[in-house]
Amino acid sequence: MATQVTLKILRYDPDKDKKAHFETYTVEADPLDRILDVLNTVKWYVDGSLTYRRSCAHGVCGSDAMRINGRNRLACKVLVRDVGGDTGKKIQIEPMLGFKIMRDLVVDMDPFFDKYKSIKPYLINHEDAPASSERYQSAEDREIFDETTKCILCGACSGSCPPYWAGPDFVGPAAIVNAHRFIFDSRDQGADERLAILGMGEGVFRCRTVYNCTDACPRDIPVTKAIEQIRRAMLYNR
Amino acid sequence: MYHKYDAVVVGAGGAGLMAALQLVGKANVACITKLYPSRSHTGAAQGGICAALGNTEEDHWEWHMFDTVKGGDYLTDQDAAEVLARDAVERVIELEHMGLPFNRTPEGKIDQRRFGGHTRNYGEGPVRRSCFAADRTGHMILQTLYQQGIKENVTFYNEFHVMDLLINNGRCVGVTAMEIKTGELHTFHTKAVIFATGGYGRAWRVSSNAHACTGDGMAVAYRAGIPLMDMEMYQFHPTGLYRIGILLSEAARGEGGILRNGLGERFCERYAPTLKDLAPRDMVSRFIAQELREGRGAGPDKDFVYLHVDHLGKEVIDAKLPDITDFARTYLHVEPYTEGVPIQPTAHYAMGGIPTNIDGEVILDEKATVLPGCYAAGEVACVSVHGANRLGTNSLVDLVVFGKRAGLKAAEYVQHNDWETLPANHETRSKELLGFVDSGATDTKRTEIAADIRKDLQNKMQEWVSIVRNETTLTNMMNKLAELRERYGRLRLQDTATKFNTERLEALELGALLECAEATTKSALERKESRGAQYRDDYEKRDDVNFLAHTLAYRAENGGVKELRYKPVVITRFEPKERKY
Repeated sequence: MATQVTLKILRYDPDKDKKAHFETYTVEADPLDRILDVLNTVKWYVDGSLTYRRSCAHGVCGSDAMRINGRNRLACKVLVRDVGGDTGKKIQIEPMLGFKIMRDLVVDMDPFFDKYKSIKPYLINHEDAPASSERYQSAEDREIFDETTKCILCGACSGSCPPYWAGPDFVGPAAIVNAHRFIFDSRDQGADERLAILGMGEGVFRCRTVYNCTDACPRDIPVTKAIEQIRRAMLYNR
Repeated sequence: MYHKYDAVVVGAGGAGLMAALQLVGKANVACITKLYPSRSHTGAAQGGICAALGNTEEDHWEWHMFDTVKGGDYLTDQDAAEVLARDAVERVIELEHMGLPFNRTPEGKIDQRRFGGHTRNYGEGPVRRSCFAADRTGHMILQTLYQQGIKENVTFYNEFHVMDLLINNGRCVGVTAMEIKTGELHTFHTKAVIFATGGYGRAWRVSSNAHACTGDGMAVAYRAGIPLMDMEMYQFHPTGLYRIGILLSEAARGEGGILRNGLGERFCERYAPTLKDLAPRDMVSRFIAQELREGRGAGPDKDFVYLHVDHLGKEVIDAKLPDITDFARTYLHVEPYTEGVPIQPTAHYAMGGIPTNIDGEVILDEKATVLPGCYAAGEVACVSVHGANRLGTNSLVDLVVFGKRAGLKAAEYVQHNDWETLPANHETRSKELLGFVDSGATDTKRTEIAADIRKDLQNKMQEWVSIVRNETTLTNMMNKLAELRERYGRLRLQDTATKFNTERLEALELGALLECAEATTKSALERKESRGAQYRDDYEKRDDVNFLAHTLAYRAENGGVKELRYKPVVITRFEPKERKY
């Protein structure tokens, strides 16, 4: 059943606006529509200049992380009815905090990816791999880092993290999650290098255990727990 | 802005990254991508990557090759299928060595499961061939290859949209691209270009594809005079989420899931007694279409069937199918632990595309004449390894096998060839295209809305060029496309900004979709037979006498299909036979 849905969106055009301002749009939508579908309706039929990133539209590519009613979410994983949009509640949409706004809901992701790269997000193993077979790994060892392999680098966790907002050099939860994915992989030998990076001033000890990241993660990764496991690995020398 | 690289890879999904990794260290290479690499649609692939490792039961690459050929309804080039099946084994091992976190057997080997159309001993029954990482295998492949790209210091140009392919003196010499952030046009002068830009699933209304899958690379090649091959062969995946088309992996059926119609019947066993629900995708999609047509669908409009995994138990679902069951909960508010998930076939994969040989070199005609310096791999390419119907998981195999081969061949080429100059006025065509889109902002006669044209295209492609086609529907679509092309010429533009103008980008993408749809429809119209994904109710039989051949569609200078030619199929080991499962 189509219904009227109202979005209150923070707009900013770097060539025209001194500062960001809200604009309100009311369009027809279905309670089962994604917020992304509603943004598309606004862009396609009301205001072509509304700008945001999107691609897969089902929560696996990580393009459309944004603040929806004050919490970081993927616009393609929140339905209108999940946030009461079909009962007349206004839905407020803003770019994520902690990132430079490029235009409207689009933020500069380059520093975020640079931080990801800084923790050496690739398997480090100094031994030759077997010539014609896989490296063996037990199902139990594989299970240990299962959760952190799910990360799609959307930035929702880092953009919800108060120390990340406050300190531009903090690597942030997303980078730590990806370090965890390798540190706890039995095939990896780069734990010491990564723990050294994460043990520095801008590493895991900047975390204040606010749990915003865990709440924000669209892939249900227990981010705070992963950070805690890395701290323990440092303190107790794994 | 001008850039000079030995080689440029366009696209940073599985095929593009794999190709770039072969070039780095041997050549000065850049990878340009419309998204960020980790956003590529490879990441949406779920069920697995097949390779005859034989980790859980006997298997041989020859069986994999046979299944690929038969699955493709014998339109598959058998030299390519042999390469695919042989190389798959090495590539999967290579991915594991790169760190890909596959699920494991109790002994610690890569775990394997069943998948549609993959059989033991040439069709006797299902075999466990698909290597997997839960139901996010594509995500893990994409992450792993991107991570290797970071490790090897590949240069990425993120959020660059490809505009044109530059050819001079019979050689490929570069591409132009628009930087989305600034709106600026860039020229990449190169010795080699590798297209790895993916498919065009957004030409249909119900689609598993990302918004970004708009056939940009195919359209660019097609406009530059390269033919598109077998475009009529477009796959509909049987199990898309009802109405929205989000993919529910075949892995659900590989793990024992079954399809039931509105009467609760397990209808697949009526059509495919041996493989049942694990028959190949073109067939299962047709089974569903027939159930719906004959009034055995579910729901008030009898327009869907159910995918059941509730009998598998919570533990199996959580360990092996967590993401897809989560999709059912998030988007339909259905609980797969206890109830069937409403599904319908969804536009999924282009078997056709830019024609290449088995080394990823782009070819120009039925004699397989190579365009020097030009390569393609992945969904954008047509080797042809998938023939008339791709088997599940073979897309991921294709990415890594032919991405690697194209990269290696390009590396060899750039090391042995000198620079060719850019053609005169190399930015003209790109600037004309951008100028056309931009003038929609000032020309008051330009009143057409891109979304309306796109919606019309998607609705009609869904109705007329999907699972069942005939002379009437395809002719209707050709007429519709002529109308849409005319309307596209009157496209308006509201956004006049230069920075991050995604309305402008969407207008360009729509132009690409129209090109791909036209090649698809025309090729389907002229193929007067039923084979694989091309099912025509006015020509229900396969016709090997007249159509055991690949379609090559050439574009006319001012748009539209100029001519179709036919290229013979390569047959080595397996003579075409009737396809039964």
